[in-house]
Amino acid sequence: MTAGSRIRAILIKEFIQLRRDRLTFGMMVGIPIMQLILFGFAINTDPKQLPTAIIAPNPNAYTRDILAGMRNSDYFRFEKDAVTEAEAREGLQRGELSFVVTFPADFGRDLVRGQRPQLLIEADATDPSAASNAVGAFNRIVDDALRDDLVGPMAQEKRGRPAVDVVVHRLYNPEGITRYNIVPGLLGVILTMTMTLMTAISLTREAERGTMENLLAMPVKPVEVMIGKIAPYIGIGFVQVTIILLAAYFVFGVPMMGSFVALFVGLTAFIATNLALGYTFSTIARSQMQAMQMTFFFFLPSILLSGFMFPFLGMPQWAQWIGSVLPLTHFLRIVRGTLLKASDLWDILPNLWPILLIFTVVSTIALLRYRKTLD
Amino acid sequence: MNGEVNAIEAVDLTKRFGEKTVVDHVSLEVKQGEIVGFLGPNGSGKTTTIRMLTGLLTPDSGTGSCLGFDIVREADQIKRNIGYMTQRFSFYEDLSIRENLEFVARLYSLTPMKDYVDRTLERLGLVSRQKQLAGQLSGGWKQRLALAACIMHEPRLLMLDEPTAGVDPQARREFWDQIHQLADEGLTVLVSTHYMDEAERCHRIVYISYGKVVARGTVEEVIADSGLTTWVIRGVANGALAEELRRQPGVEQVAQFGTTLHVVGSDAVALRATVDRYAGRPGLEIAPGETSLEDVFIRLMSQHGEARQ
Ligand SMILES: Nc1ncnc2c1ncn2[C@@H]1O[C@H](COP(=O)(O)OP(=O)(O)OP(=O)(O)O)[C@@H](O)[C@H]1O
Ligand SMILES: [Mg+2]
Repeated sequence: MTAGSRIRAILIKEFIQLRRDRLTFGMMVGIPIMQLILFGFAINTDPKQLPTAIIAPNPNAYTRDILAGMRNSDYFRFEKDAVTEAEAREGLQRGELSFVVTFPADFGRDLVRGQRPQLLIEADATDPSAASNAVGAFNRIVDDALRDDLVGPMAQEKRGRPAVDVVVHRLYNPEGITRYNIVPGLLGVILTMTMTLMTAISLTREAERGTMENLLAMPVKPVEVMIGKIAPYIGIGFVQVTIILLAAYFVFGVPMMGSFVALFVGLTAFIATNLALGYTFSTIARSQMQAMQMTFFFFLPSILLSGFMFPFLGMPQWAQWIGSVLPLTHFLRIVRGTLLKASDLWDILPNLWPILLIFTVVSTIALLRYRKTLD
Repeated sequence: MNGEVNAIEAVDLTKRFGEKTVVDHVSLEVKQGEIVGFLGPNGSGKTTTIRMLTGLLTPDSGTGSCLGFDIVREADQIKRNIGYMTQRFSFYEDLSIRENLEFVARLYSLTPMKDYVDRTLERLGLVSRQKQLAGQLSGGWKQRLALAACIMHEPRLLMLDEPTAGVDPQARREFWDQIHQLADEGLTVLVSTHYMDEAERCHRIVYISYGKVVARGTVEEVIADSGLTTWVIRGVANGALAEELRRQPGVEQVAQFGTTLHVVGSDAVALRATVDRYAGRPGLEIAPGETSLEDVFIRLMSQHGEARQ
């Protein structure tokens, strides 16, 4: 009897509090709906439309047929019609291209003579799962494309060995070891989670404990508060980085090919951006609870749309746009580039500036949101 | 800054929260070296007024200055030059007394920091407890830490928001001795309080009710202005007699102190007539009394409370 009434007392109190906290309530309802829609459509484990460059010095009917077959397969999307080898290499290095297909200069002649010309497909295999389906389909596409072309003296080729010798180069991760992709990615994911959370509660904690009024009453500028609250965690971030990188190298055997300076620069920018982002949450949230919810709300797309769990280039365009505003997306390219692709400072630049831009925007919002008064 | 300028000057400060006008055209003048008590019932707008004066809230209308600095445009200078003690304890409970003071000293760029902190600890008798976490201090010691922190940078103006709430009498007395000592050194103090004895230790008091100033001046002036007369009835005074008296003409307040009743009213003639009727009762001893500040405040409260409804 009395136990029942006491339970009811607590139950009613919880319900009233929950109702007052609109944001929590909204999140409880909004999160599942939004996430289902977002990720249900965005995620694709059989990535299609992967950016591909073609090097074909002497285009002819055969190359055109093969290209048409590739296009129809839906796996490949041609970025540019003709590129130089240097451009193609840079595209792969920066993660802008997934594949480069190279036709030898004598492809047409050798094919007609039955000399089994080589057809080279280079795949960015840092994420082995992203490339595997397309590479698997490539042989069949080439065979199908040439079947109708090979008549007369060449017809015999159809029955025996394939007319073309398809050579696959899995770049950066020739053995297709998933770890090589996951472990550097984890570095970014862990930093995203911990760094954002650290600063997300920094101002809300002051407000909840009542110390904010005092802080505001003393002569300290918003930017000074922000720097003072962010800086210590950069150090903590690098402690985490050291642990993860040591484990990556010694335990998981992840290669470290690229420039450490580039990695360091990328890490610094990335850590600072996540801290600034968390700090911005704390200028918006009204309680620590809300700040944590915001962090969580930000964390989920960071994992799912950044290219950590699923190949970025395999997502629909709109999902890639969302992914592009997440710092993790750019950092993943930097960390995979510097560890697996031997990238240097110059190579990471295209992914560094978006992070710096996000940092600037987010910091500006934080400083504008910081209330200098209690109004 | 010369001596002529008032430490605090406010004209028609007004603050609204939503529909509610919480501070309504409050004007305030505090001269340098003065201790001014700021009184008023719960929710009357004391904290809100002080926050506007410290630059922590922006007034909806009205103007004001502290130490010659405009409260809206020059809030930064105000923050540097005044000490503000919040009503709610607002130091870091997971820092020790010393660490809290060091934090404050650094924010005010006091150098050498150690000297300032040591001197302040000494001055408020906190030396032996300096390593204790602020969160583990009792109420009185928390207040002492808060006062220490807000006078360390040697401000010329102090705003104290109920600095002695929940503090024992001896500690309160020490606290006020401190305040007077600081005022003697030229510091100006605006202090809000609910304690009458504290109000009496101020040079002047300002009383606000529902956001409006309804009385101001020295304690004597405020009592005189109220126009109240008081009679003291001693003897077999009890609750029943008090109830009875309350219903008599001319009686506005009856307060019981043990076996003594204070009967207060603003119509001196009617009150006199009523009291006279009781004078003959056996065992009752009736004499004119002094109106206390508390009587005045209770009257102000009920008056303005009624006017409001
Ligand atoms: N941020 C706010 N939002 C809405 N209303 C507020 C806010 N701050 C104060 N109030 C209201 O303004 C009124 C005055 O509050 P204030 O704290 O200034 O009173 P006070 O005189 O300091 O009272 P007390 O003696 O209890 O400390 C109260 O009714 C309070 O509810
Ligand atoms: Mg108050």
